Amino acid sequence: MNFDRIKEKLNILADAAKYDVSCSSSGSKRTNNKKGLGDSSGMGICHTYTADGRCVSLLKILLTNHCIFDCAYCVTRKSNDIKRAAFKVQEVVDLTINFYRRNYIEGLFLSSGIFKNADYTMERLILVAKKLRLEENFNGYIHLKSIPGASDDLMYEAGLYADRLSVNIEIPTQNGLKLLAPEKNREDFLKPMKKVRNEIVKYKSEKKLIKSTPVYAPAGQSTQMIVGATNETDAQIMYTAAHLYKKYNMKRVYYSGYVPISYDSRLPAIGTEVPMLRENRLYQTDWLLRFYGFSIDELLNQNHPNLDSDIDPKLSWALRNLHLFPVDINKADKKQLARIPGVGLKSVYKILQARKYRKLGWHHLKKMGIALNRAQYFMICDSRDFLKADMSAQQIKSNILTQGKSKYKPLFNSQLNLFE
Amino acid sequence: MKIVLFDHSFEGLLSAIFEVFHLRLKDVKLVGKNNHAASFFDEEIWVNTDQVKAARVAKGIIKYGGKSDLTWLYRCFLSELAEVPQLIFDYLRQLMVDKHSGKNDFSRDAVIQLQKINKMIGREKHRMDAFVRFEKTANGLYFARIAPDFNVLPLNAKHFKNRYADQHWCIYDVKRDYGLLYDLESIRQVHLPSVNTLLHSTPANLLAEDEVAYKKLWKNYFEHTNIQERANKKLHTQHVPKRYWKYLSEKYILDY
Repeated sequence: MNFDRIKEKLNILADAAKYDVSCSSSGSKRTNNKKGLGDSSGMGICHTYTADGRCVSLLKILLTNHCIFDCAYCVTRKSNDIKRAAFKVQEVVDLTINFYRRNYIEGLFLSSGIFKNADYTMERLILVAKKLRLEENFNGYIHLKSIPGASDDLMYEAGLYADRLSVNIEIPTQNGLKLLAPEKNREDFLKPMKKVRNEIVKYKSEKKLIKSTPVYAPAGQSTQMIVGATNETDAQIMYTAAHLYKKYNMKRVYYSGYVPISYDSRLPAIGTEVPMLRENRLYQTDWLLRFYGFSIDELLNQNHPNLDSDIDPKLSWALRNLHLFPVDINKADKKQLARIPGVGLKSVYKILQARKYRKLGWHHLKKMGIALNRAQYFMICDSRDFLKADMSAQQIKSNILTQGKSKYKPLFNSQLNLFE
Repeated sequence: MKIVLFDHSFEGLLSAIFEVFHLRLKDVKLVGKNNHAASFFDEEIWVNTDQVKAARVAKGIIKYGGKSDLTWLYRCFLSELAEVPQLIFDYLRQLMVDKHSGKNDFSRDAVIQLQKINKMIGREKHRMDAFVRFEKTANGLYFARIAPDFNVLPLNAKHFKNRYADQHWCIYDVKRDYGLLYDLESIRQVHLPSVNTLLHSTPANLLAEDEVAYKKLWKNYFEHTNIQERANKKLHTQHVPKRYWKYLSEKYILDY
């Protein structure tokens, strides 16, 4: 192997792939087979973290950054003057195996610019996965990108070798897509997504009858949306996400704060700050939808098209719905507990367990590590201290904000002033 | 107060607990022998490790608390923290009274402390799953050095055995000077005097031919997958604390 040339390619193609946020390696059920290499049946592992604090779990590269499309938001767009490179199939296989054997990575995340046409590109991606599985008996994690517009047959084959498949929606609104990527249309993204969803459902039902049915994309599908490239609202993003979760059984939707990479006047200028706080609030909302039993219209609706930046979405919801509080910690059911601001699912578990033994007071809750600075206004427990009665939403909010110490605090003021 | 001393093995601790129950000792404190400073006022009792006695205590724990209680206590024990033997003893005393597990009684101080320690152990174990960096040596063995905060290596064994079933590997805890060696069949605990525990990586002349090249590729990849515009040093060191950098080839300087 010519290591210098590989190094050069790796640099170019890792640079091009890094804007894809997904790096999860969990949720697969692939166990080590016949003393082969690898196992991805356990939890995901982040082997290291980059200087920007993001997890490195998979070898995340493009097969090539040659691309026939010219999407304004993308670094590898046709009109961008950058170095181009392409890996050979065997090179990717060797890199993956050798990195994996040294415990650097959990597996491979392979994406690609689109060269020639969608099917040709998809075929090459599948070839890598197939080689890894069949020739190297590799049982690590493989995440393949579904190329928009790829045919159903290829999408079917991809799922046989990959653990996860993903198509990035990128732009949450139709209008945005028309503006930034006029050559693409929504249908192209949704078609492979639909195919994979249907196959997963089919395989799952077959598996119930015949145990030896092979796995098909066991870690499901994911997608990604860029945040802050067009002027979409939080509601538009989250309603799209909720739709994808519901209709396409997405495992994850990722939100990626737009990193300015272009002088294109349709986009935020280079040097504009990456909207990380907004990204964070969107993820919080996403979690509330998936794990806390909230429905999207509770968190975002016509009266509240955008999330608050200075408080988290659950607290914001609670302040709008003070009539549902306080909740009695010693009696409320799991769902109600999970809706108290400052009480996460782990705290809910601890409360449910501990209250079997005795009634819980403030000191118990404090020791369990519940964020009482927020939670105290919304709960009652085995104590006579109900000092929080009859406070207005505004009072509670200002109390929490003055007492709390968020790492985003420097951002609050400037963003607040914008709206006031 | 009576100080009950034992060697630093889990069986030793269980034997000591056996004696405390057996002799109906009151007002005792369990201490590992190296953590003990003699005092004029305390009576010292030395307990020898006895596999039979230890097994009886283990059986008792399983009877009342279930297997999960035993694993839980064992994991906490691996933390090697000085206060753990006493915490385990306190927990067991209550277990023998209640006759059912109190592991999830998050309103009890001893339980909260043990749960915290168990969480620390879990975190460290998971870190080692992630931070092991194998170096391929000239004779084909994949060798890694680690120095975990707690003695978690025994907990990692299964994970690595499932994953690297087709390669010879050895993970060596340089802090405690022992390692796990896998020979395609089973895992053994080994003490290798030939390993220089002061080094953070294997000397270049002992490495396989392409090892340095792959190390460099990995470091390169690591640097290029970073997004400059999102730099967040604090978050980075929070996830990868500096004390681990020594053994992470993407973080130390490659002087080849």
